[in-house]
Amino acid sequence: MASVQQLSAIKDAKVLMVGAGGIGCELLKTLALSGFQDIHIIDMDTIEVSNLNRQFLFRQSHVGQSKAKVARDAVLRFRPKINIKSYHANVKDSNFNVDFFKQFSVVLNGLDNLDARRHVNRLCLAADVPLVESGTTGFLGQVTVHIKGKTECYECQPKPAPKTYPVCTITSTPSKFVHCIVWAKDLLFAKLFGDKNQDNDLNVRSNDTATSSEHSEDIFEPRKDEDIQQYANRIYDHVFGHNIQTALSNEETWKNRNKPRPIYVKDVLSDEPIQQNGNVDKLLANDNLSSLSAMAYLGLKNPQDIWSLKENSRVFFAALKLFFSKRQKEIGNLTFDKDDPLAVEFVTAAANIRAASFNIPLHSLFEAKGIAGNIVHAVATTNAIIAGLIVIEAIKVLQNDAKNCRMTYCLQHPSRKMLLMPVEPFEPNKSCYVCSETPLLLEVNTNRAKLRDLVEKVVTSKLGMSLPLIAHGSGLLYEVGDDLGKDEVANYEANLEKVLSELPYAITGGTIITVEDLQQELVCNINIKHREEFDEEKEPDGMVLHGWTPAPAAENNKEATDNNGASTSSTSKPASADVMEADDELSIVEPGVETLPAGGKKRKLSDVPNSEAPIDEKRAKKIPEKNDGDDVIVMLDDGNDDDITAS
Amino acid sequence: MNGEELTEQETALYDRQIRVWGVDAQRRLSKSHVFVSGLKGTVIEFCKNIVLAGVGSLTLNDDNPVTEEALAANFLIPFDENMGGGGSLAELCCDSLKDFNPMVHVSVEKGDLSSFDVDFFEKFDVVVISCCSLAAKKSVNEKCRKLSKRVAFYTVDCRDSCGEIFVDLQKYAYAKKKADETVECQLQYPSFEEAIAIPWRSLPKRVSKLYFAMRVVERFEEVERRKPGETSIEDLPNVLKLRNELCLAHSLNESQIPDALLERLVASTKEFPPVSAVLGGILGQEVIKAISGKGDPLKNFFFFDAVDGKGLIEDISTS
Repeated sequence: MASVQQLSAIKDAKVLMVGAGGIGCELLKTLALSGFQDIHIIDMDTIEVSNLNRQFLFRQSHVGQSKAKVARDAVLRFRPKINIKSYHANVKDSNFNVDFFKQFSVVLNGLDNLDARRHVNRLCLAADVPLVESGTTGFLGQVTVHIKGKTECYECQPKPAPKTYPVCTITSTPSKFVHCIVWAKDLLFAKLFGDKNQDNDLNVRSNDTATSSEHSEDIFEPRKDEDIQQYANRIYDHVFGHNIQTALSNEETWKNRNKPRPIYVKDVLSDEPIQQNGNVDKLLANDNLSSLSAMAYLGLKNPQDIWSLKENSRVFFAALKLFFSKRQKEIGNLTFDKDDPLAVEFVTAAANIRAASFNIPLHSLFEAKGIAGNIVHAVATTNAIIAGLIVIEAIKVLQNDAKNCRMTYCLQHPSRKMLLMPVEPFEPNKSCYVCSETPLLLEVNTNRAKLRDLVEKVVTSKLGMSLPLIAHGSGLLYEVGDDLGKDEVANYEANLEKVLSELPYAITGGTIITVEDLQQELVCNINIKHREEFDEEKEPDGMVLHGWTPAPAAENNKEATDNNGASTSSTSKPASADVMEADDELSIVEPGVETLPAGGKKRKLSDVPNSEAPIDEKRAKKIPEKNDGDDVIVMLDDGNDDDITAS
Repeated sequence: MNGEELTEQETALYDRQIRVWGVDAQRRLSKSHVFVSGLKGTVIEFCKNIVLAGVGSLTLNDDNPVTEEALAANFLIPFDENMGGGGSLAELCCDSLKDFNPMVHVSVEKGDLSSFDVDFFEKFDVVVISCCSLAAKKSVNEKCRKLSKRVAFYTVDCRDSCGEIFVDLQKYAYAKKKADETVECQLQYPSFEEAIAIPWRSLPKRVSKLYFAMRVVERFEEVERRKPGETSIEDLPNVLKLRNELCLAHSLNESQIPDALLERLVASTKEFPPVSAVLGGILGQEVIKAISGKGDPLKNFFFFDAVDGKGLIEDISTS
């Protein structure tokens, strides 16, 4: 039982939970059992089958329904008298503004992506509401406490590197299976089924760029007198045969690399009739769209099996034909979705055929899906532990007991006998552009870069602003919002295309611009420094932002994972990535899916790159020595006066 | 484990956790049988975790009626059935747990824990007991050890903001991943009786004070013939007296078992839900490790105290 002080702090608290997923379900349950009376919960997601192994408030019959609402209803069954308000909405929606946040005593995050975490962090800072942040991946997890002015904010330390790959690695010189996945998903799938007008690097690095890319436009467009099978054959031969052949002619590329081998339909499926329209027709007879599956059609059952080149080729054809015959209407608008079985089959098959070409080991559909979908490893136990720790910290926060707040790491292998390791929170980082007012410095060629470049490469992607406003002195240069007049919108649109030095309020070397997000109430000043030249390879943005710490590439993660890894399975670790990275690089993950890559320049990480939890092993080990064997008696002396967690 | 595949339904449901522990472990889990006795908050948390993970079966034992206290940390029993219906705690929890995962067979075993004989435990791979006397702990542990097959034995207790887990895996071999190779490891566990019989002065320095404090309270309840958790602040003087006697016998400085800690354990014996969640999670993970044979199992005590926030492993054994 909790002490009297604790109970009254709990009873009076109004709590905002962001996220009703893995951690959220556990957290809502533990809050309700602990005596919390007034809980608001936001989650934009609906329930999926793969949630049910850990999100225990949900049942099969709830699939497709709002997580926040179903979680609320489930908890009210055993605690009907408490107030739970659910919002099936995105926490970035404009109604969840600073005033909305101000009504809460504490905010508890159970989120799965960096973008939303940053957003909530800023709103908490602006509203001056303490934030308890959390994350898990596999057996690893962590809880951190962020109180404005007292502890570091969520963004005081550099955040993990979204893993991205140079374009040429993807288009020409893949050496790992993940490169093949990125190619199959972001290039081939997008080219065939997505927006045709989008830039796509599918052919760019072939020998003669100009003719080849022109040529490719024709290639991917079905011809008039061509049936699906003929089209599919042509695509197959083009991307796995012709393109590789072309690439081989560039001797320079293969000096220090193994040469790939071109693969043509006739080499792989020579013994079966190419024309299979009859079978396709049968297949198309009675399937409903959501259960369309090339595997089912081909009699392949186990997603853990690794298919041969031949089987992959069959899956490739079957999936492609199914898309073009049964899902014709979606073509042109499809984006890869890990929960779309046909899309996963197609990407698996295409990635494997490419892998075969480049002599890279093939992978099962299960593994390919994990990589392509950037799927986070997740178990119920870690979420339950983390939720318990969140409540323990939340109660301290509610009692204004900041000095006893701890960051806690949940480890897979004990460190100095500890599986749960509390660490004193760090002080705010004085040069954090989010919680301190330190200006940033931007080096840019003000005669070449357009305002659009500034918005896309800095304001949106690096600073994570969703409703930005850019001003030079009192002159407005750019603004986003629903309440703008037509003229204003047109004016700002026009500004986007202007180079910085030619804007109405010219941005040149020495200019200080103000960038503001009206919803997050975050204001940053950026000092502009003109620079003529940029290194295309090292500075692909054509501009360099200082003061904002770039996420380092997650190179150390493999090693770290082995030290305290989440995975005991043989599944390859999905490399993580995020759209926040540079435009010129291909990323393997779409925004908003379960991903939070771990990383930090000074922090060596102990979790897998796509974790929900950035875990910082170095910091965990850096605990003051006096903490080791810190005696219970010491803690109890404090505890007697102020019985913070007694029950 | 060869040849048998998980069903499509299992693959879809367990997708995220198969990515953590692999298909093999999932298959082993689905064939394992778990017994729990003493359905307070911590064990309820454990049951939820293990049912979600997809064990083969879970058998619940707790004939106690549903009381307000029992409901305090229970999220399985819907409100309108509070204390109504007359069902036992195990029966009511069983209904809800079934609902969590239709692929797990959840059932109730009536009867007093001490009445189950050695053969009874043969049906199980894992036995977890909670809220029971020192004598019951020793006796159930011994029964498990008499069987030719290995039955993993666990006790878990939560008092105030503190919790303790004890593990006996007897002789246990497991695979451990080191860099790129898998190493075979072996551990030898003492029984509960053997572990607590180890003279305190021969234990390593800096053993968690909770270990000693829990032994004092456990001993007190036994001497006074109390039910587990049946203590109050009035008992503190006698508990302190017993502490002094035990410290004297073991040549341990009394300061190693602080008054304030004992006071907390004796005065408020109710579970604190966040601590139950933490302990139930750790216990769930340990049971999954033991069944799957993957990962370092903890040997052999685990302590958590929300006041300092540490979750500590202590090896209380002679080997």
